[in-house]
Amino acid sequence: MVRRQSALRSIFGTHLPVLAIVVFALGPYIWMALTSFTSQDHLLQAGVALDPQNWTAANYERLLSRTDFAINMIHSFIVAIGTVILGLSLSVTAAYAFSRFRFPGRRLLMIKFLVINMFPVVLLILPLFVIMRRLGLIDTHAALVIANATVAIPFSVWMMTSYINSIPRSLDEAAMIDGCSRLGALRKVILPLILPGIIATGIYIFITSWNEYLYALTLGGRNVRTITVAIQTLIGEYQIEWGLLTAGGVLGALPATLLFLLIQKRLISGLTQGAVKG
Amino acid sequence: MSSTASIVPHGCRRSREGFSIFPYALLTPAVLVTLLIVFLPMAEAVFLSLHDYVVWRPADRTFIWFGNFIAAFQDDVFWISFWNTLLWIGITIPAQALLGLITAILLNRDFFWRPLARALIIIPWALPSVVIALMWRWIYDANYGVLNDILFRLGIMQSSFPWLADPDTALYAIILTLTWQGFPFFAGMILAGLQSIPTSYYEAAAIDGASNWQQFRNITLPGIAGVLGTAILLRTIWVANSIDVIYVMTGGGPGYATHTLPLYAFIEARSSLNFGYGSALAVIFTMMLTGLVLVYLSRVNRTLD
Repeated sequence: MVRRQSALRSIFGTHLPVLAIVVFALGPYIWMALTSFTSQDHLLQAGVALDPQNWTAANYERLLSRTDFAINMIHSFIVAIGTVILGLSLSVTAAYAFSRFRFPGRRLLMIKFLVINMFPVVLLILPLFVIMRRLGLIDTHAALVIANATVAIPFSVWMMTSYINSIPRSLDEAAMIDGCSRLGALRKVILPLILPGIIATGIYIFITSWNEYLYALTLGGRNVRTITVAIQTLIGEYQIEWGLLTAGGVLGALPATLLFLLIQKRLISGLTQGAVKG
Repeated sequence: MSSTASIVPHGCRRSREGFSIFPYALLTPAVLVTLLIVFLPMAEAVFLSLHDYVVWRPADRTFIWFGNFIAAFQDDVFWISFWNTLLWIGITIPAQALLGLITAILLNRDFFWRPLARALIIIPWALPSVVIALMWRWIYDANYGVLNDILFRLGIMQSSFPWLADPDTALYAIILTLTWQGFPFFAGMILAGLQSIPTSYYEAAAIDGASNWQQFRNITLPGIAGVLGTAILLRTIWVANSIDVIYVMTGGGPGYATHTLPLYAFIEARSSLNFGYGSALAVIFTMMLTGLVLVYLSRVNRTLD
């Protein structure tokens, strides 16, 4: 009797509420995916196909043959990789300095990096457009990489600082006693140890750059059109063809979603320590 | 290697005691680049905000002191956007925090599929905002949207309703979308806070006969207060700043029903090409946020050793 009560309690008190929240969190995404597998005729006559027998890949085929979706994905990829490289390369040495040295201005500089993520995008996007236009960089990959780096560099600096903080100082000191220089210790001892952190940070930068929309819309154009801008353009052109649109949504969200599942655990612990941009 | 060896022992030997130039050298690239790509453009924004500047007519750029700012305070759309921003943050953040808190408490319990649930719940947060806007537009769609369908089947509504096209519901529809997008962040942060509370506290309280509610009020809430405060501050700043989901869902419409201040600034620059006025709106909005940012920074500052 007691056992049955506690089983009931765990079903109604834990399993069902959690299930409800999971359904709420995933419902819109699953609904989009189901729509993308429904043919246009079926959608208009009977609604979204819930029966796997009625599913079709026709929307995806049309999407890839009729639009430049594949090319847009390549542009997104170039911009995201460029941002990852720029963000990571500048932040490792900075994070090492923040973690290992105490120097005048340290606190101020750390705050400087943190405060960047608090500024409204709109405050940066207008002058960046004016500046890029002056430099003739509008509609190039460089413009988007630079714009994304405004977020990626500070984020990366904070994440790396918290990762390096978790490595005991005695390790670099031991390396230096063995004849390593400071930079040698950073390269040979610290870098290998924080490699998982570097990878997680890199993946996170990749995701945010891949997902970024406003900079891509403002600074991109005909030559460099990323996936997010392409999806938004599709919404304008194919309002009625929800099957095609949702196929674009599923494809556009896929890389980021998969990568995110890969790193989510490490990322959340890093975020709560550093409490940086989300 | 030989080139670095000549600089490094210098920094090495002196880093512990006196002043060393070495950490500054390590920081220089990142600091310089952010000055160039963040702080310089911001100065440019302030500069633009003092000018009457429409972007395709550079010759017409005239310095007008605070003309744009005065114009903003006399602009009806500015005030509509201002109240929308308050309403929007005032509902979205508490809704995200409450749902995040409930989720975190549930996920803190021990059940066999907890790792799976935790991974799945966080997904909305990883999706591109354009895709989020797209799928919620599809849900809210007046003709084929699943929301109307569900409400119809439940007998709540007799006919379909254009959620995003009606000025009375558009803002609330977007608030629901943003709540959905943001609650996983709260859940993740609060869960980390919950896990830092020793279970022995609860055991001791249970022995003393404390009820569930008493345990929640006297152990759980104080235990997560710090994390919750930080999360609320951060989310408020980011939600206030975010314009992409609204821009794709409604573009600020119908009419001005879903205009928020940063969105108004963006639309003003993008559609009217009025960069002077747009920048002024952005600067005003940034100054409004400054108070919150300072509170957050002072919290972080305490944790920096």
